[in-house]
Amino acid sequence: MTSTETPTAGRIGDSPLRPDGTLKVTGEFAYSSDLWHDDMCWGVTLRSPHPHARIHGIDISAALALPGVYAVLTHEDVPGLNRVGLEHLDQPALAEDVVRYQGEAVALVAADHPETARRAAKRIVVDYEVLPALTDPRHALDDDAPHVHPDGNLVRAMKIRRGDPEPTAPVVVALDFEVGMQDQAFLGPESGLAVPDGEGGLDLYVATQWLHVDQQQVCRVLDLTPDRARLHLAGVGGAFGGREDLSIHVHACLLAMHTGKPVKMSYSRDESFFGHVHRHPAWLRYEFGASDTGELIYAKADILFDGGAYASSTTAVVGNGGTLGLGPYNIPSVSVDARGVYTNNPPCGAMRGFGCVQAAFAHEALMDELADRVGVDRVEIRARNGMREGDRNITGQLIDSAAPVAELIEIVRDLPLPADPVGERDIRDLPGGAANSTHGEGVVRGIGYAVTYKNVGFSEGFDDYSTARVRLEMTAGEPVATVQTAAAEVGQGLITVEQQICRTELGVDRVVVSPKDTSVGSGGSTSASRQTYVTGGAVKAACEAVRASVLARAAAQLGARNLRLDGDKIIAENGEVLASLADVLGDDAVDETVEWHHRPTEEIDPETGQGNAHVQYAFSAHRAVVDVDVELGLVKVVALDTAQDVGRAINPDAVVGQIHGGSAQGMGLALMEEIVVTDGKVRNPSFTDYLIPTILDMPPMQVKVLEYADPHAPYGVRGVGEPPTISSGPAVAAAIRAATGKALRRVPVRPEHITL
Amino acid sequence: MRIELTVNGARHEADDVWEGESLLYALRERLGLPGSKNACEQGECGSCTVYLDGVPVCSCLVAAGQAQGREVTTVEGLADDDGLDPVQRAFVECGAVQCGFCTPGFLVSTHDLLARNPSPSDPEIREALAGNLCRCTGYEKILDAVRMAAQS
Ligand code: FES
Ligand code: FES
Repeated sequence: MTSTETPTAGRIGDSPLRPDGTLKVTGEFAYSSDLWHDDMCWGVTLRSPHPHARIHGIDISAALALPGVYAVLTHEDVPGLNRVGLEHLDQPALAEDVVRYQGEAVALVAADHPETARRAAKRIVVDYEVLPALTDPRHALDDDAPHVHPDGNLVRAMKIRRGDPEPTAPVVVALDFEVGMQDQAFLGPESGLAVPDGEGGLDLYVATQWLHVDQQQVCRVLDLTPDRARLHLAGVGGAFGGREDLSIHVHACLLAMHTGKPVKMSYSRDESFFGHVHRHPAWLRYEFGASDTGELIYAKADILFDGGAYASSTTAVVGNGGTLGLGPYNIPSVSVDARGVYTNNPPCGAMRGFGCVQAAFAHEALMDELADRVGVDRVEIRARNGMREGDRNITGQLIDSAAPVAELIEIVRDLPLPADPVGERDIRDLPGGAANSTHGEGVVRGIGYAVTYKNVGFSEGFDDYSTARVRLEMTAGEPVATVQTAAAEVGQGLITVEQQICRTELGVDRVVVSPKDTSVGSGGSTSASRQTYVTGGAVKAACEAVRASVLARAAAQLGARNLRLDGDKIIAENGEVLASLADVLGDDAVDETVEWHHRPTEEIDPETGQGNAHVQYAFSAHRAVVDVDVELGLVKVVALDTAQDVGRAINPDAVVGQIHGGSAQGMGLALMEEIVVTDGKVRNPSFTDYLIPTILDMPPMQVKVLEYADPHAPYGVRGVGEPPTISSGPAVAAAIRAATGKALRRVPVRPEHITL
Repeated sequence: MRIELTVNGARHEADDVWEGESLLYALRERLGLPGSKNACEQGECGSCTVYLDGVPVCSCLVAAGQAQGREVTTVEGLADDDGLDPVQRAFVECGAVQCGFCTPGFLVSTHDLLARNPSPSDPEIREALAGNLCRCTGYEKILDAVRMAAQS
């Protein structure tokens, strides 16, 4: 719902303001939870209270009898295939005979008021037989483990083998690490509005990351053709991976089709914790072998991801954890095993950093251990082992653009440090803050470093593309470009980037961004840090097609060649203005649609893990400075500084904004963010008990942006959004280790890990 | 139940309000003012912050009936005929808005802070905004925006 124009000029490399900024500060921007329709009713979801149970029957009669209730639906009301899933169709849209996690959707209600719908849902009687739940992923592949799905509990196992199969080294370090379950915690609740068209089809307005994949899933379950299920992007209140899977989509559509009424659904925060997948918790065992001077000789890693009850994007997360899980280092001999398994825990899938976040905690902790063992500085050991352009990574892929690992880590080392604490301190700057738990006694400062690299775009042979449509016409005497893509704006600023590219390519000032919907081809997912690269590439290509078509017309009309288009002028080779765009176009519009694919990647070899799995890599480094109250185990992050290579900053201010926000999420995982699951049940589904960093928790951040253009990418861009979430957390953990001398082999670090 | 209240200077009334409805729900779903946001509806995020008789409150924690006869100002009421309030302008210009879901709450909280303390220090800004969560920005540009608004 962002049909917007902007008066702000700005080409690539400038930082024009976002075109939806004014709407967002006046309260007029329509988020998915703000939608309203005449005669609309409210949908709610009844969810399983059990992590694993058989359903013997569902009695909806008492719910249906409640005045104000329009429909109560179960799996029996699903017209199409009752299966959803991003990579495996393994999850029923509404549970059939078994529920596999606490929170699985069982039934739906539509009513005239959300409270009526909630009360009706409580009247639905589900006859559950509680079954034993598999809740420890470390036992999921045991011979006697109960099967979560008929084919067993393995979602994916990947192997990487390179170099000497039995390497030895003079120095060997090893560790076990554990990463807790993180939540995306986007602020805008899952929500949307489904509006039936009275002719057997509908329009769904929803907050999502990928409209076209949602459309496929909706059509499959509702048994509709795509022309009958039109999806529109409603305003998105953040995503971070948590909107890749379906939430209300199919449910709202089912209710709308059954009632013939517009249906709005909007999750409460509590339900949101059950309504989307989380970041996989992981168990990691790492071993590095190195020379006496700290050059890596070999690395072994065993990584286990808990996928929970349904696969979601576990397959790809395992792919990332495996192929990227040893970090941005040169390692001659490698053995990696990464697995993702089914359990009866909450399903896990995409979250910013996608499989790399978990691994980075392990490889960065082990790098520090190695540095200390061989007596090499922790920055120096990273610089010494860091990848450079022209190296090959552990899948044998050539790193064919900048890989400035050494430079990044040295930059963050050399950034100014916060002043050493002297004298009386403002308690707000101390661990515990206004709780007044210390005046500086027992507080120790520590500094930690981390580097990472992350793939950009979809990998392992996926045909990853985006579609852009660009129209150029004269409006009120002025050239106006209109750009249409289905690529989701989730807050990151893609619509600004689309405008900047059109202005740059066509020389126009005014660029209208069309609403995002499925009336144009797929834009691919707003994930994997890929939209500026891939949809940016598509918009650039569509602009080039428009320009070529305008110039072909001009050439025919003017009988001239080698023309150039600049704003509203057609210019000859010698710089002479030959005609205006108005002369050439008249009342016509030039309108071009282009589907743009990035360089192909390939599947890796199943035995060796070798292959060109990824299209691009992005690198970042962080330095964290923390003060730790070692008596109470409280941590205050004093500084969190970073350097990142972004290839080319299309919008430098927005790039820095991404880096700030990404860094905060990584810090959150290191310090406080964990969905606590016991016996398959979520213990803290609220912002009271699931903590994300506040403005009091965040330190000032110095950000240094490098721009080493990637010659293979449009404008040289490199994805930006994810690397900061990967390297910030391990740097914070390292800083706490430096302050406390504790090993700290689990995140989030809790006070008792520090004090006990 | 029927409620009558003044929102952004205009009289509003709503019929058939269920006693359990919050002021936030009434504003968003009954009075056509969805600018105040519903990120948690349990008093933890500040996205629903409005002025109630001049005092900032989490409107998700106020029963609609409690607003009977009172004056409410929401994010929709910050701008006037001369355009955006300086706080709103600063948030746009500093890049303090990404997804923007936290923004209405931050704007009202900041507006209140600057009314009480026109030139707050950084620790004072952080303390005043500690009840507003943002998941996108890491707060750096929000601090920039508050500093800019304080200067204008
Ligand atoms: S919605 Fe009111 S505090 Fe979160
Ligand atoms: S801008 Fe997205 S939550 Fe603050």
